[in-house]
Amino acid sequence: MGELRVLARTYRRLVGAKIRSDWQYRLSFAFFLLSQTVVTALDLVVILVLFDVVPSLGGWDLAQVAVLYGLTTLAFGLGDLFVSQVETSADHIRAGTFDQFLLRPLPTLLQISAREFALRRVGRSIPAATTLVVALAAADIDWTLDRVLLVPVTIASGTAIFGAVWVVTASISFWAVGAREVANTFTYGGSFAHQYPLHIFARWVRTLLGWVLPMAFIAYVPAVHLLDAHNPLDLPRWLAATPPLVAVAAVLVARAVWSAGIRAYQSTGS
Amino acid sequence: MRLWFEVARRSFRRWSTYRVATAAGVFTNTAFGYLRAYILIAVAAAGGAAATGWDEATLVTFAFITQALLAGTGAFGESELAERVRTGDVVVDMYRPVDLQAWWLASWLGRSSFTFLARGIPPVLLGAVVFDLVVPTTVVGWLAFLVSVLLASLVGFALRFGVNLTAFWLLDNRGLDQLVTLVLTFFGGLLLPVVLFPSWLESVARALPFAAMVQIPAEVFMGRHEGASELAAALGSQLGWFLALGLVGRMLLSAATRKVVIQGG
Repeated sequence: MGELRVLARTYRRLVGAKIRSDWQYRLSFAFFLLSQTVVTALDLVVILVLFDVVPSLGGWDLAQVAVLYGLTTLAFGLGDLFVSQVETSADHIRAGTFDQFLLRPLPTLLQISAREFALRRVGRSIPAATTLVVALAAADIDWTLDRVLLVPVTIASGTAIFGAVWVVTASISFWAVGAREVANTFTYGGSFAHQYPLHIFARWVRTLLGWVLPMAFIAYVPAVHLLDAHNPLDLPRWLAATPPLVAVAAVLVARAVWSAGIRAYQSTGS
Repeated sequence: MRLWFEVARRSFRRWSTYRVATAAGVFTNTAFGYLRAYILIAVAAAGGAAATGWDEATLVTFAFITQALLAGTGAFGESELAERVRTGDVVVDMYRPVDLQAWWLASWLGRSSFTFLARGIPPVLLGAVVFDLVVPTTVVGWLAFLVSVLLASLVGFALRFGVNLTAFWLLDNRGLDQLVTLVLTFFGGLLLPVVLFPSWLESVARALPFAAMVQIPAEVFMGRHEGASELAAALGSQLGWFLALGLVGRMLLSAATRKVVIQGG
């Protein structure tokens, strides 16, 4: 445990230093923060425009889809804030600067996530959190104790699952430099898709994005129970309790894939 | 003429060397095409098709054809010139005894033809494997689409050239670049066909240059502009935006050139 505390302190110090240095360019910071917020809010605008034309999507009404948007996008936003920096490992690998992370006596993931930490990414969580609060109030929810607990547990598990997906897909770069866009398909594409009820997609999309990369557990599975929503896939209710277990499993898999990537890594040798 | 052709050819070849990135781009563009298609199918199933006059096949085709238009029109941004302005390398470009705007245009067209062929066509073919797509049925229809794509690429060029040149004054124009991209994805029809917008918002979208890059060529592909006059109006609006934005770029370039001289290189 002592070692873990040292790591946590190191991480806090590195991130603190990065925040102070970004803060020197306040206008730039404000601009990027705003643009992150607007980018994320645009997805919500799309949903609102769609519901202007139709009363429901896949049998879910606006408030229910908005809850999905809120849960998915909040998990994505927090994962983006703390973990998405790992995708810059692609740039470090290409530029040959990845070696410096291997030389230091700190875990590589911790170094990269601290070094590339960007507070402006918190902008993604702003429309998500706001929408979630409004949508939870607007949706017709039977607030039992388990449903109350489900909300924070879902957000925490979803963040971990998204973080794990980020690490796994970023690891692609260890084997195929230049294939970064493939990773984006699963991270950005996954978050885009899971703003909508999973059952509107074809079976192969659901299997891949929902259960293989277990992103259905980020929002859809808990939301079916939370909202008591139209459930054409007939998911059992107890499944809503499993996201924390899925999150732990996903994190362990991500750690294994990342380590395998490090072992496969060959320096550009410049 | 020979010079511009060579510039374009080299640019085409340069972009064709990024094979892994191209394959990854095809994968991503196709995957997003599928996701958007299924969402639009759900919209059609919920009665959205009746409201807009676009049936399911048209909406699905729109999802794939817009994914195909992304790269060739530079819809997600192109900042190489701005980078050269920021580093000062642009001075070398300005020393050349050729026009900077024409040089970048030739290079843009080379890149654009490669990305349209390599990144644009596969997603549509892969979409056609799963869905019935609405395709031009006449030679005129195909020709009109090709002209529309060329014009879309030209509008994209004119827009980005102007945005890139603002780096002469802003130094860091990434914020502006990102803002333009944002507005473009929404009003250009990259997120949703603008026919799904409330009518006032659709009017706004149609009055902006961004529709000329994505929405209009997609509509031409699906034969939504019926009759010669409607088609001519659609292509004409693209040409108009190319000329207007090109002229603005021209003026920015001459202002930038004066500024460089004043600063003494």
